[in-house]
Amino acid sequence: MNKLSRRAVLGAAAATASLPLVHIRSAAAAGKLTLGLWDHWVPAGNAAMRKIIEGWADKNKVEVSIDFITSVGNKNLITIAAEAQARTGHDVQAFQAWDVHNYQQELEPMDDVVAPLIAKYGKVNPVNEYLSKIGGHWLAVPSSSGTQYKPSSARISFFRDAGLDVQAMYPARPEHTALSDQWTWQKMLELAPKAQQAGLAFGLGLGQTTDSVDFVGALFHGYGAELVNAKGEITVDSDPVKQALEYMAKLAPHLPPDVYSYDDASNNRALISGKSALIFNPPSAWAVAVRDNRPVGEDCWTFPNPSGEKGRFVPYLPYSWGIWSFAKNKSAAKDLLSFLCQREQVEALCTAVDGYDIPPFLSMADFDVWAKVGPPLGTVYNYPIRPWHNATPSIAGFPAPPDIAVQIYNRATMTTMVAKMTQGGQSMKDVIAWAKDELEGFTR
Amino acid sequence: MRRFLQRRSTVAFLMCLPLILLIGGLVVYPALYAIYLAMLNKRMTQFVGLGNFEFLLRRATFHLVMFQSCLFAVTAVAAKALLGFLLAHLMHVIPGRHQRIWRGLLLIPWVVPLALSTLGWWWLFDPSYSAFNWLLAKLGAPTVPWLGATGWARFCMILVNTWYGTPFFMIMYLAALKSVPEQLFEAAAIDGAGAWGKLRFVTLPMMRNIISITVLFSLIVTFADFTIVRILTNGGPRDTTHIFATYAFQMGIQSGDIPLGAATSLFMLPILAVASFFILRGVSRRDREMAAA
Repeated sequence: MNKLSRRAVLGAAAATASLPLVHIRSAAAAGKLTLGLWDHWVPAGNAAMRKIIEGWADKNKVEVSIDFITSVGNKNLITIAAEAQARTGHDVQAFQAWDVHNYQQELEPMDDVVAPLIAKYGKVNPVNEYLSKIGGHWLAVPSSSGTQYKPSSARISFFRDAGLDVQAMYPARPEHTALSDQWTWQKMLELAPKAQQAGLAFGLGLGQTTDSVDFVGALFHGYGAELVNAKGEITVDSDPVKQALEYMAKLAPHLPPDVYSYDDASNNRALISGKSALIFNPPSAWAVAVRDNRPVGEDCWTFPNPSGEKGRFVPYLPYSWGIWSFAKNKSAAKDLLSFLCQREQVEALCTAVDGYDIPPFLSMADFDVWAKVGPPLGTVYNYPIRPWHNATPSIAGFPAPPDIAVQIYNRATMTTMVAKMTQGGQSMKDVIAWAKDELEGFTR
Repeated sequence: MRRFLQRRSTVAFLMCLPLILLIGGLVVYPALYAIYLAMLNKRMTQFVGLGNFEFLLRRATFHLVMFQSCLFAVTAVAAKALLGFLLAHLMHVIPGRHQRIWRGLLLIPWVVPLALSTLGWWWLFDPSYSAFNWLLAKLGAPTVPWLGATGWARFCMILVNTWYGTPFFMIMYLAALKSVPEQLFEAAAIDGAGAWGKLRFVTLPMMRNIISITVLFSLIVTFADFTIVRILTNGGPRDTTHIFATYAFQMGIQSGDIPLGAATSLFMLPILAVASFFILRGVSRRDREMAAA
């Protein structure tokens, strides 16, 4: 019989004890993942996002690091541009509306993530499709975080006194009203002088930033006015464009004189300070009014934009999540994005930000949060487009090919056209000639 | 090796090497890379030579940008030079301790981060809450669309740049003034020169080089300014306040056309090169004249 030495027994025991340790999965068993996400306006948004992602990371043993990158000063755009040039950085980035097109060559196809989501949740917002589906392939996953509509945010009391009960027009229940059909650009034009006389001129920007561009873009769509058509042909010299410009020429004198220098915060301030009866904005202005000027906040109601001859268009500005082609952990990134787009996660994020975020899947426009938020209760019920609104999501520049539309949008071609005519005193002919020249440059 | 290291020029080169590498990495490489980018097509897949520059020169909006960049830089630098000159003279006559206090106070605009101070100015000009308009309204005067009308918006940009940059001129001129020998003024006084005469025949000739260098330096910085326009007007209204840097940003970063953005920003180069050539030639000529005298 072989004698077992004490040393051999201890060695065997130590080896046996260490076996399970070898098989324990570490926190980074499935690798590391770095995310560059949009820094949410609503502070609770980042915390909710972090909590959801950490839960997923723990379960899947992925070491995740998140950077919330602000869009203030376009820091997110600059970060994305730098990462694309250096071909290194985060695995996942949050892309603003047009960036998916701008960086299409550096993005990983996401069909295997988006197709199952569409199969499960149905149609995705058409603007998302326009911006993120390129050459028949999804290059980014539509995200709810930061995605917004810019509907009417109006003072109930002014409109009631002016003969339009906005709460009856768009009640906080699933109902189409005959009154809502009267909410047209023409009706708004009739009310504009009354608002001006009441010291509540509509705060509709004609500057160069997104709120101004989105408002004028939705108006142009309402008139069927396209600067460049889907084939890339310049169509600015057309009757619908002239009609839209004529409309703006009538409206502009009744807007505040400083609308030409409005940025994306100016219209919010106009509403919050009680100086304006109508702006086109997500409910963030209302939320701040509730906090800083409660009587104004309690007097606000959110509902779709006016309609024109060609329909009712509500500006939509989406975010998408994309994975760089040079990302190091694509499979984990795709798993995470798929997880984040499930209804439970989207609803949790949306609820955390009091309904600010708009889900890209149309079937998700029924979350409870929009009915429960107030004061007044139901004020943002009509913030997401509902089926009975008969409204279409819109982005300025559509239906031009996105590489042209992005320039129309970011160069604020439409608001500049309006401003040249209404502020600069140029004739419509000159303005259209100028726009034609600009558009020729965009289509190079 | 020992002999090699003992050569003074080698040692000097080695000691300068870190700086040369720093300049190479942070100045030369980015500049060459910008030139390379400016010669690519929008998708950065094809070499287009000078195509982007040619394209820009055909656009009416770019002509406006060139005009505005020159207007902004030249007017702001002229205003800063004039005000800086006046302030330096006023400062020069304030005695001892008081001068230090005033100098410190007047330097504040220059040491406050520009983005923050411009935000402060923006609040003063803000469309809804302008403090200036509040004052005007209190006085019964009509309010002014500070950032909403072309003329006023350009004025505001130049005003903020002048406010920020004047202390730099003042401190440079003050240093130059202090280096002018007192005997020259005394001699001029004996020759019957008054205040104007002293300024014309003593102060200005003695300060000419420092004025030129300061103007050149400020011209470069002002031409490349981005912060003030970006924060105050973002190029509006109707593109009438865009300058090279803001237009390049809008083209390159916001509209996804990095080559066109790079080409736009490179347009500053020839303008500044010509200005530098003439200003530096003047400085060298005066140096030679003084050395000969």
